Order: sequence, then C-alpha cells, then structure tokens
Amino acid sequence: MIRLEHITKEFSSKNKKVTAVNDVSLHIKKGEIYGIIGFSGAGKSTLVRCINLLEMPTAGRVYYNHKELTSAGEKELRTARQKMGMIFQQFNLLEQRSVLENICYPLELAKMPKKERTSRAKELLALVDMEEKAKAYPSQLSGGQKQRTAIARALATNPSVLLCDEATSALDPITTRSILALLKKINETLGVTIVIISHEMRVVEQICDRVSVMSNGVIQESGEVKEVFLNPKSETARRLILPDKDEAGSDAGRNRIRIAFDGQSSFEPVIATLVLECNTKVNILGANTENIGGRAYGQMLIELPEDEEKKNLVRDFLKRNQIHFEEGGNGA
Amino acid sequence: MNQQMIELLANGIKETLYMTVVSTVIAYLAGIPLGVVSFVTDRQGICRNRVIHFIVGIFINLVRSVPFLILLVAIIPFTRLVVGTMIGSTATIVPLVVAAAPYVARMVESSLKEVNPGVVEAAVSMGSTRFQIIYKVLLPEAAPSLLVGSLISMATILGYSAMAGFVGGGGLGAIAINYGYYRYQTDIMLITVAFLVLIVQLFQEVGIRIVSRIDKRS
Repeated sequence: MIRLEHITKEFSSKNKKVTAVNDVSLHIKKGEIYGIIGFSGAGKSTLVRCINLLEMPTAGRVYYNHKELTSAGEKELRTARQKMGMIFQQFNLLEQRSVLENICYPLELAKMPKKERTSRAKELLALVDMEEKAKAYPSQLSGGQKQRTAIARALATNPSVLLCDEATSALDPITTRSILALLKKINETLGVTIVIISHEMRVVEQICDRVSVMSNGVIQESGEVKEVFLNPKSETARRLILPDKDEAGSDAGRNRIRIAFDGQSSFEPVIATLVLECNTKVNILGANTENIGGRAYGQMLIELPEDEEKKNLVRDFLKRNQIHFEEGGNGA
Repeated sequence: MNQQMIELLANGIKETLYMTVVSTVIAYLAGIPLGVVSFVTDRQGICRNRVIHFIVGIFINLVRSVPFLILLVAIIPFTRLVVGTMIGSTATIVPLVVAAAPYVARMVESSLKEVNPGVVEAAVSMGSTRFQIIYKVLLPEAAPSLLVGSLISMATILGYSAMAGFVGGGGLGAIAINYGYYRYQTDIMLITVAFLVLIVQLFQEVGIRIVSRIDKRS
C-alpha cells in the first residue's frame, strides 16, 4: 500500500544541517494499523509528512499503490492526497467554518454538488458520533470533539489511508481511548489503512498491528506490536515501554525482572499469587500498566530478593503461568 | 451659522465619505492581491519565490516611504491622465489609492500571518490547489482580521483625504483649510474636525460590531 524506500530528509538552517530522517525504508500493508513510535525529535512527524509529501524528502522514494509519488506531477499528487486523509495533534480545523462546513471542505475540492456534500457530511458526522454538533464552530468544541471532526473531514473523500500525526497527544487519557476506539472502528468497518505516529507506547499498544521504533531519524526496530512489546531489542524501545526507570543500576539490575502483560492475564492476582506461592517479597519498582476490560496490558519492573533459590522459584512461577519476563530489568 | 455654511458642510461630509469609501475599496482591490502575493511567496509560503517576494517588498516599501503630501504633488501628471483633472474629490482618489494600496497590502499580509499554518498544512494534505488555499482557506480564515485592518486603513485614508484639501482636493479637509486656516474662522475649523472625528468613530463602531458578528472564534 505504502512503501518508503531509503527516505532521507535534511533541514538546513543558517549554518548547520539537521538530518531529521535518515535512510528509512518502510512497507505498510493494506488494512493494517501501523505505529511509528519515538521520543520528541526522533523524526517521526517528518517521516509521516514524507508519506503525503507535505515534506519533500531530500532523497528516497515514496510509493503509494505501486505508484511513485516522489516523481508524480502536482496534479497526480493532489489526487493521491485526496485518497490519503491526515489528522493532526492540533486538529487544524478551519476556525471560521462550522463542523459541517469543515467536513464539506474536501468534498468541495472534489467538486461534489452541494446537496450531496451535505448528506455525505451528515453521514460522516454519524460515523464519528457528532451529529448534534453539526452547526457548532470549532471554538465551541472540546479537544475530543475537534479531533472527531478532523477525522470525519479526513475520511470525507473515502481515503484508503489515514495518517495520524500525534492525533491523541493533546487529549486526556479517557478521550484518547475513545479516539483510538474510533480509529479502530474505522479500520475494521471501512478497511482504512492507518498510520499512527505517537510518543506514547500505550497508544500503539492499544490498536496497532505493527510498529517501528524510531530515534535520531533512524528506525531502531520494527515488528509485530506484541513482539516488540515483549522483547524490545533497542534501548529506545525499552525506554518507551517503561519510561520511569532508566537508571541502569549495575548491581541492582541483576535482581530485576521486567514482566510484560499482554492481555492474557490480570496483573493484580499475578503479583499476589507470586508472592504467596514463592513465599518471597518482591519490590515493585515501576509499572506502566493499564486494565482494559479486566485484562492487563503493560509492563512492570520488580526487584527480587538476593537469594538465588527464591529467584529460581519466581522464574519457575512465571514460566509456569506463561507470563513473559526478562531479566536484568530495564536494559541494565 | 447660515444656510450657506450648512450646505457647505453637508457637501464636505458627502465628499469626504465619497473619497474615503471609494479609495478604500479600490485600495483593497489592489492591496489584497499585492498582500497575498507577498505572503505566499515568503519563506514559509505556499508559492515560495524569493525574487517575486523581493520585488513586491521593494515596491511596497518604496511607495510607503514617500510622504503623502509629496506623493500627492508628484503624481499630478498621472492623476490628470487618469481622471482628466487634478482638482476636486474624484481627482484626490487617485493619489489616495496609490498611497493606500501598499499600506493595505502590508495590513493584508499581517492578517494572513495570523492564520494558523497548521490549517494551511491540513488543506494541502487534502489536496487543495494553491489557489484554493488562498480563496477557501487563507482569506476566509483571516476575514475578521482583514476587516479590522480595513477599519484602520479607512481612518488613515480619511486623514490623508483631509490633507489633500491643501492642493485642491475636496471634502471636509478642504473646508477646514480654506475657511479655518486661510480665513481664521476657528469655529468652522472646529466643526469640521468634530465631523471628522465623528465619521471615524462611526466607522469604527459599526465595523467592530460586524467583526464580532462574523468572527466564529469567540
């Protein structure tokens, strides 16, 4: 669906050159939700802007449905862009247009007659659950409502791809979850391929199929979300998964175990049972977990007692219960 | 005050309004494209073009730096060419437009700069042409600010029109100069000034009301 080949983007200011994206190749498949995650300044926003050529890459090629966009003419590029919706962190709605008129904007570009525009816009409002706000102006909406409007607008022309640039970063956790649920619904019901840029692991965790971890303009690792999540190979991935604990205590690190919850169990009974069964104390050093429908997703870093025998008991317990863990803690 | 004086003042007000409104409209017809061109060819613009941006900038600054009274006299041949005369309120419109258009262009440019660049980016991402971005996004989004700018421009043009009274222009300015200044009729001077103030106030009040009506941000 989307293929990026050796994309490099450099920005040159007065006296220095900054390489925001450095030789990145990616292949995003039709119908999947693809996450690109990294800390601020990792180059992920620039990368997603290279997909619809809001940023022209300094080098490399972008293919969309086997068609090279980097060499396409302006008209072809505009047509391609109408088939790729995009939403933004700051929503970027037209402030002087009502919700309905905002959704009509891309339809005006597509030269749809007025009557059809309005009925199509109303359809989209129903999809994003915003029917009662059709006549409201962006300044009267909450962040979540603004993003819903933006999503409706991005979907107006039936795009096959939706690019989300930090789409939930300006929203609170509950709103974030509802927006993510909406994106998931759109992916499942309309079959829209979604690319999500985020700095939050839980966003990617919740809805993405595959993920790429990015830092310093380079993709550190890519794979199935579950795989990356359970066995992070790069330092960046580890830090994104469990951000609180990045001091790598050399000695203490040996007693640390990182447990990953992938939705197969609920974490509270696990820790409680572990303590009871192994008859040992564990210290929870940090956790980044979320309870979704009674299932545990997330990471927990625990410290075990020095005693080697007790440690083995814990290992056995975790293995027996098929709970994924990694020793040495957070990259120590 | 006699009947003749009242007629004189009424006529002056009419001429002043005529000069100001017509000049403002024509100045905007020229100033909006000029301001838009300067804005879109700028570094972050949607049609980056250093050469055009530079030339437009030079032109705007050049005209803007000539004092109005000098410009008024300097372009008399041009004025005569356009309206056939150099006296009266219609003749004053020519220098008023020439002086105001670059001023308006800068006002327009600064209004467009207030438009959130993210909105423009979103419009690009939806496949808008440059022209569509200008007339469907930039200008409508900047509309309230453009209107505020036009009120300021109008007050400035009104002031300029009074200055034109010195060299044979019409309107309240001419009355103030001919009666108040040359004939030492202070009362006439004060009355014309009062009317000028009133006109500016009126424009401002009505304008601000319209702005708050059309601005959807609040």
